[in-house]
Amino acid sequence: MDDLRDLYQEVILDHGKNPRNFRHPEDANRHAEGDNPLCGDRLTVYLKVGHNGLVEDVAFEGRGCAISMASASMMTEIVAGKTEEEARALFRRFHDFVMGKEEIEGADDEDLEKLIVLAGVKQFPMRVKCATLAWHTMTAAMDGENVVTTE
Amino acid sequence: MNAAVAQPQASNTAFDVEKVRADFPILSRQVHGKPLVYLDSAASAQKPRQVIEAETRVYEHEYANVHRGVHYLSQAATEKFEATRTRIASFINAPDENEVVFTRGASEAINLVAYSYAGHFLKEGDEILISELEHHSNIVPWQLAAQRNGAVIRAIPIREDGQIDMDAYGDLLGPKTKLVAITAQSNALGIIPPLERMIPMAHDAGAKVLVDGCQAITHRPVDVQAMGCDFFAFSGHKIYGPTGVGGLWGRAELLESMPPWQGGGEMIARVGIEKSTYKGIPHRFEAGTPAIAQVIALKEALDYVDALGMDAIAEHEAMLLDHAVRRLEAMDGVTIIGTSPAKASIVSFLLDGIHPHDIGTIVDREGVAVRVGHHCAQPVMEHYDIAATVRASFGLYNTLAEVDALVASLEKTREIFA
Repeated sequence: MDDLRDLYQEVILDHGKNPRNFRHPEDANRHAEGDNPLCGDRLTVYLKVGHNGLVEDVAFEGRGCAISMASASMMTEIVAGKTEEEARALFRRFHDFVMGKEEIEGADDEDLEKLIVLAGVKQFPMRVKCATLAWHTMTAAMDGENVVTTE
Repeated sequence: MNAAVAQPQASNTAFDVEKVRADFPILSRQVHGKPLVYLDSAASAQKPRQVIEAETRVYEHEYANVHRGVHYLSQAATEKFEATRTRIASFINAPDENEVVFTRGASEAINLVAYSYAGHFLKEGDEILISELEHHSNIVPWQLAAQRNGAVIRAIPIREDGQIDMDAYGDLLGPKTKLVAITAQSNALGIIPPLERMIPMAHDAGAKVLVDGCQAITHRPVDVQAMGCDFFAFSGHKIYGPTGVGGLWGRAELLESMPPWQGGGEMIARVGIEKSTYKGIPHRFEAGTPAIAQVIALKEALDYVDALGMDAIAEHEAMLLDHAVRRLEAMDGVTIIGTSPAKASIVSFLLDGIHPHDIGTIVDREGVAVRVGHHCAQPVMEHYDIAATVRASFGLYNTLAEVDALVASLEKTREIFA
């Protein structure tokens, strides 16, 4: 049960039940749909990116498991106010982390620290895609690809 | 345990589930330190020792390529191989064993008919009816055929309880209908369509009928002559046999009219550089070296279930399903998807506020293996406007205690999400 309590921490259950920035901003200028064919989960990430590459607003809509909803919700809080490059770099490190390629415990990066609650997913390889779906979708929106799938 | 739910009486038939379980080596293993509770037989069934040993015996004593050599082993392997064909014919009451074509599974069997029958005989504007209950394997092959010949696919809708809407089906049937492809049992919901009414209606409209028997063949007796269909597709691995083998039964006159669909060895009579002639049925449809050991071991699986009795298996599984439905209905926040009483061995459900994927992960840690997701039947999910369900499916080796273990693991899931 410890693995499960690690995976389903209070923070995750809270974000999963009450996702932040769960909306479709009228002034979004980028969006992409993410699809996890394994479970049929689907979400859309909306970005408002300024001329200077600053991500001014991030929001999402869709449905999915607690892990994918929580990861998406946390992403919208963390990425807002960053540049596209900073957001991509953060996802690269987060991806390496959930894939078990990098440790971030004690990292000096406070954004990564916030994502440590998603670390439990490392013990559940089938669920890593749930934790990364929103991030892949955000990157696709930045790249101008409107559909992304985790397969 | 919910005290309000009465425990059913143990079956009073001769079916001895503990004796059956002893035949399945994998059922004695643990998962995450808990006894395995395997409730995913609709995806693939576990194998009894008899099947495992039969496959090993082929490789250790009887193996050679079939239909080719004059040497002893080749003849022995060919005889065993063909004995399975005969066994399948008797198992589904086919009039002639030459009407049984070996394929890699039900998917390939349906692809064969889609390519060789629909692809050859249907023309632009002809209609293929499939139901909203179908597995992707009974949808996509028809789409591929329709893309080639301009045929049109139309969907038979289902009602809220998951059963076929027979009025809509009657309205869809018409002079343009050339083929009806329908499952004998939904893999996602367990619903059993009324084929005894649907097949004669299709024939009255002049259409042929393919039945996807992948689920049905494992749960109750199949008699293709009584059923009256024109094609019947099934997989070996779902009926406790090996993977990589299945079959198509088709009426001889239809199979004989159909062109080959894959070329290669074994399906030819004589080959020239520019033109070849082909063997008769069924070998015309069996290009290349088949899954020899798997085909031979499939006979053991059919013998195994026949010895237990398909009626006894059906009765045992009905008891499991009944218990599962009553226990799930007694839980708060459970919604069963597909409530039609014409249903067997499968229960698909939702737990309020908890995504099926999270449920699947949590119950797995209790040793309970269920399928979560769309079950390769996305049109069913779209009908109910859901992305996924939790599916528990029962086989001949499952017990009432395992149903209770599922319910206990669901209670635990709810505690974590409370």
